[in-house]
Amino acid sequence: MNSDDKNIKWVEEPALGLAGKSYIPLIVGGITTTLKHLVGPKMTVQTPEERHAMADPLGYRGVHRLNRDEQGSVKCVACFLCSTACPAHCIDIVAAESPWPDREKYPQSFTIDELRCIFCGMCEEACPVDAIELTSLYDLSGKSREEMIFDKQKLLSVYDQTKDAEPMRSVRERDRTEKTN
Amino acid sequence: MATITVDGIEIEIRTGERLNAIEAAARAGVEIPHYCWHPGLSVVGSCRMCLVEIGTRDPSGKVSMGPKLMPACNTLVRDGTVIVTQSEKVQHARALVEEGLLLRHPVDCPICDKAGECRLQDYYFEYGQAEGRRADIRPFTSRRRDLGDVTFFTDRCILCTRCVRFTREISGTSELMVRDRGAHEEIDIVEGFPLNNKLSGNVVDLCPVGALGDKDFLYKQRVWFMRRHQGVCTGCATGCSIWVEENQDRVHRIKPRENPEVNRWWICNDGRYGYPHVHDPDRLVGAVHRDAGRTVPLDFTGLAARLRDGLQASGGTLGAVLSPFLTVEEAYLLATAIRQLDSGAVLAIGPVPVVGEDERFPGGFTIAAEKCPNRLGVEKVLAHFTGGVTSFDQFVAKVGEGALTGAWVSGGYRDPWIEERTAEKFARLKTLVVQDLFPSPLSKRATFELGGAAFPERDGSYVNRQHRLQSVGWAIRPPAGTRTEGSILWELCGREGLYNASVVLQELARKIPAFGAAVGDFSDIGIDLRLNQLA
Repeated sequence: MNSDDKNIKWVEEPALGLAGKSYIPLIVGGITTTLKHLVGPKMTVQTPEERHAMADPLGYRGVHRLNRDEQGSVKCVACFLCSTACPAHCIDIVAAESPWPDREKYPQSFTIDELRCIFCGMCEEACPVDAIELTSLYDLSGKSREEMIFDKQKLLSVYDQTKDAEPMRSVRERDRTEKTN
Repeated sequence: MATITVDGIEIEIRTGERLNAIEAAARAGVEIPHYCWHPGLSVVGSCRMCLVEIGTRDPSGKVSMGPKLMPACNTLVRDGTVIVTQSEKVQHARALVEEGLLLRHPVDCPICDKAGECRLQDYYFEYGQAEGRRADIRPFTSRRRDLGDVTFFTDRCILCTRCVRFTREISGTSELMVRDRGAHEEIDIVEGFPLNNKLSGNVVDLCPVGALGDKDFLYKQRVWFMRRHQGVCTGCATGCSIWVEENQDRVHRIKPRENPEVNRWWICNDGRYGYPHVHDPDRLVGAVHRDAGRTVPLDFTGLAARLRDGLQASGGTLGAVLSPFLTVEEAYLLATAIRQLDSGAVLAIGPVPVVGEDERFPGGFTIAAEKCPNRLGVEKVLAHFTGGVTSFDQFVAKVGEGALTGAWVSGGYRDPWIEERTAEKFARLKTLVVQDLFPSPLSKRATFELGGAAFPERDGSYVNRQHRLQSVGWAIRPPAGTRTEGSILWELCGREGLYNASVVLQELARKIPAFGAAVGDFSDIGIDLRLNQLA
């Protein structure tokens, strides 16, 4: 687009009057805002003792978890679709023949490099069996890089920690259909 | 000449050529989907996926189409045949076939090893209906049965019987059969006679769906993670064309690569499962210099110069053993390098392992008794340099007599190849360079012990027992700290830059008449070196 394009409407800055030149209205406006916050309700939250209320914890994309089935074993069938979908290549799976009779394949090891992860949620989208989900936990920290590579046990323990507050999507959907019926 | 019309495209085929409609359409660039037909097996026409409209054009140009759809696999084309593959009738038939096949399919693609290279998946996306008409189909876990060399997922099978025909026609062992009738049909074996033959792995490749699972590959990788590289099997002198499939420098499986001149569509199990040695933790890696009882690890910077100095310091006649596992280029570079250092150097071929006798199968496939890939290639190189071929035994005898002071021995054998008794004779040498895959009695005595490359790590050409030269590139990188024979020898010859196998091949093809046919480009299936001699 050229500067002489007829679609461009040129607007001149209005000339400042005496009040504007003296800055007084702006200073008064600024001080009013400060005073309002001084006496108004406090927005600051004392983390980690206090937490912000999350609008939708189920929609939040925080630390991953590996869901368990009714028997308590890992739901994952090691299909590698999450690691295929992962744009950060942070999921590493070693598949093996399952020790349980109800399925063929299971993840012998399942690790997520939480430092590499960009929390896009594509793994959750890709999962055909609802095994990997992102939770609302966002304050993950560790003392070393190795500590931030979460293995299967750790990911399952995240599930144990969050399953009551954030039920699996399949459970939520089941509950919803039961309610409507 | 016969003129065939495929979807309006006219192609000409030679008189006397026997093509079915699938092959004829492929020449016109039209794909006719099929499950049960395979160019290497007999035609049964059971899957009905290749149904097309067939008609004839009479000399006046009038086309009359047949009233019913015909299986393309079982229709030989002749002059005037008209094939229509995109009509509504054909598309409807294909969609119905797909629907029928999926009615009883477990749809367990997420855990199926075939997913990603499965005909059922591909064709369903391409030719199936957008929506299934049965809402009660839910994914389930397939029943599974052990058939011997492979594992069989009963419910995934679409009964194309390719595997059954393979065991009857190619391996000639007939272990597989179709059990029961109608909707209860299943592939099975007779109790107590499992699928157990040297070609059994091919049924896994033949299976268009995920019904036959390779026990070696089961659940190891998803196919889309792997990259495939053209390779040549180094298990025997047949030199089958293969695909080496790897992910992050780890070979996960080996598959046959179609080569009508060598292995057609098949490879044997020895070749298919003959790669674990590549990742053996006991492999020789890096380079080591032994001097007066001290063992010093060597850096690769300036290694070639040190080797050259070491060999020259021995002060007398030099020798080199060219292993039949070397590529033609490596053998040529080694011979050149040693002859540069000593123009009277003794050159010999390494021991040629022979196990039993050639095994021939009814389908024409042969497993050679000679268990090395490149005896002929190395012999042709040796003949150029020495005028004849010195055997390894003759070389050992010369070493034993004390006729040599320094030698370069290349190995690359998968199995132990030299005995303590033979290796002792090499103790007389002042300088001994050994480049091998695994530690051996000989490598322990070496002044310079170098780790060598395994077959997927090599760049170069092999000459099989039918004098066919096939060139391949590397598929994976050698283990950390190891350099391939080619790159060390390239430097030893005093050449600049990186090892380039095709440059060496072109050079030796121009120099050595026996390799004259390899001048210029040739196709992936290789070139017969006897061609120029016939001309």
